[in-house]
Amino acid sequence: MGAPVSSVSSVSSIEAVFREEHGRLLAALVRRFGDLDLAEEVTSEAIEVALARWPVEGVPPKPGAWLMTTARRRAVDRLRRDQVLATRLAVLQVEADRAAPAPSPAETDAELPDERLQLFFTCSHPALPAEDRAALTLRCLGGLTTPEVARAFLVPPATMAKRIVRAKKKIREARIPFRVPAPDELPERLPGVLQVVYSIFTEGYAASSGPDLQRLDLAEEAIRLTRILHRLLPAEREVTGLLALLLLIHARRDARTGPDGEPVLLDDQDRTRWDRAMIDEGTALVPPSLTGGPPGPYGVQAAIAALHDEAADLPSTDWAQIVALYDVLRQLAPSPVVSLNRAAAVAMRDGPEAGLALLDELAGEPLLRAYHPYPAARADLLHRLGRVDEAREAYQRAIELAGSEADRQLLRRKLDALA
Amino acid sequence: MKYMMLIQAAAGQTEPECTPADWMAYDKEVRDAGILVSGESLADLVTATTVRVDKEGKRTVTDGPFAETREVLGGFYVIDVPDLDVALDWAARCPGSRGGGSIVVRPVADFDA
Repeated sequence: MGAPVSSVSSVSSIEAVFREEHGRLLAALVRRFGDLDLAEEVTSEAIEVALARWPVEGVPPKPGAWLMTTARRRAVDRLRRDQVLATRLAVLQVEADRAAPAPSPAETDAELPDERLQLFFTCSHPALPAEDRAALTLRCLGGLTTPEVARAFLVPPATMAKRIVRAKKKIREARIPFRVPAPDELPERLPGVLQVVYSIFTEGYAASSGPDLQRLDLAEEAIRLTRILHRLLPAEREVTGLLALLLLIHARRDARTGPDGEPVLLDDQDRTRWDRAMIDEGTALVPPSLTGGPPGPYGVQAAIAALHDEAADLPSTDWAQIVALYDVLRQLAPSPVVSLNRAAAVAMRDGPEAGLALLDELAGEPLLRAYHPYPAARADLLHRLGRVDEAREAYQRAIELAGSEADRQLLRRKLDALA
Repeated sequence: MKYMMLIQAAAGQTEPECTPADWMAYDKEVRDAGILVSGESLADLVTATTVRVDKEGKRTVTDGPFAETREVLGGFYVIDVPDLDVALDWAARCPGSRGGGSIVVRPVADFDA
């Protein structure tokens, strides 16, 4: 057998290296060769070579640089063999690469340029179908395989493969550029990138279908991607705000489901099971996301989440401040759901009657008509006002509208508790 | 890379939001930028005629295109620019993109590549 396997080359640490390096490698190769398919192929080839050698020889001191050199050599080899591909690509750049001396050993991981930001903007380009953007981001930047991405979105692998091929074809043939938008374009394009990461997170936070209420791997991947964005765009306050928001929500993950996998609402959660370290990290990110300019919707939502997370229990939550923050949010990103949440906060601050009055004002909102949290919130306030018959009716309406079985069960228990 | 910009005007529009001067200014910009491959403005939709040939080779000529959509093709530009973002920027500056109109941007297939 080969040399003894050193402790650093344990399979899990090798996998961690791949996970971290995959997006960086891919982004740098796309930048150099301008072809996502070629970059993907040589990235996975380099990882295969590493998988065969590292467990035997140990992980090299600069794993990122090692992978990059291996992948780049393979790409150049492939272009030499494939003239058609070579002419289709940026020939000059490839020629320059061929002529360049072998990468010096001094090339450290730290010196490798991080081009992942370009890949974020390419994967979430508005010219791509919205449904493909999150999938492509997970595939290219998360380093998930196509079957893993398919599992994440609960579609058959063949369907997902087709979608990813279609998206890559559009990037190549319509020539969607690999670039970071100029500062004046950033306000227009960044929200799209954040929306993609947020939608990956919400799919993990509240799976839209399937047996599990939460899909923690997906939520964690979204947080990892947001951390990368935050590292690359530290001055963008909405990136900071989004990272804070995701951490502050994810900190409650263990308390969000009961022993049988049923959802546990904020009111009933065991707050000792919240992740204090994650709350601290998220809370510390709130002030920088709100200062130095007008606040953005993610920063404000993070501030609301922080107030919830910091409270010892429901009554001692700072409802006055939460209502004030919802007022700000309503101006920045008005939506009936924001108004609904604000009404619930007002009910906590001023009593159920005040909250109910606000909810009734929203009765005509088409968006809330099929949204089960709306009748559920009404039912709760009606119950607190002792209007049991009306509460029962509202719970029944909420049960009809609820999408997941877990939600329906929770509502049924509340309905039963009325009698 | 060549892109075709299909200029779709909102049908039934009575009060166009852009003036002939806007179009002339845009046309000059495209020419001055050195990106123009070709471009034409189409005559009114009522002048259009459609030809179809069936399996037996029988020719059918009918009046107009079927105006099922709410937009009608009013003209086109073919421009040569580096990538889609640049093409989209030019499309956004086109007067036809405003007032309910839209510009469809399509890469021109390159069979030499």
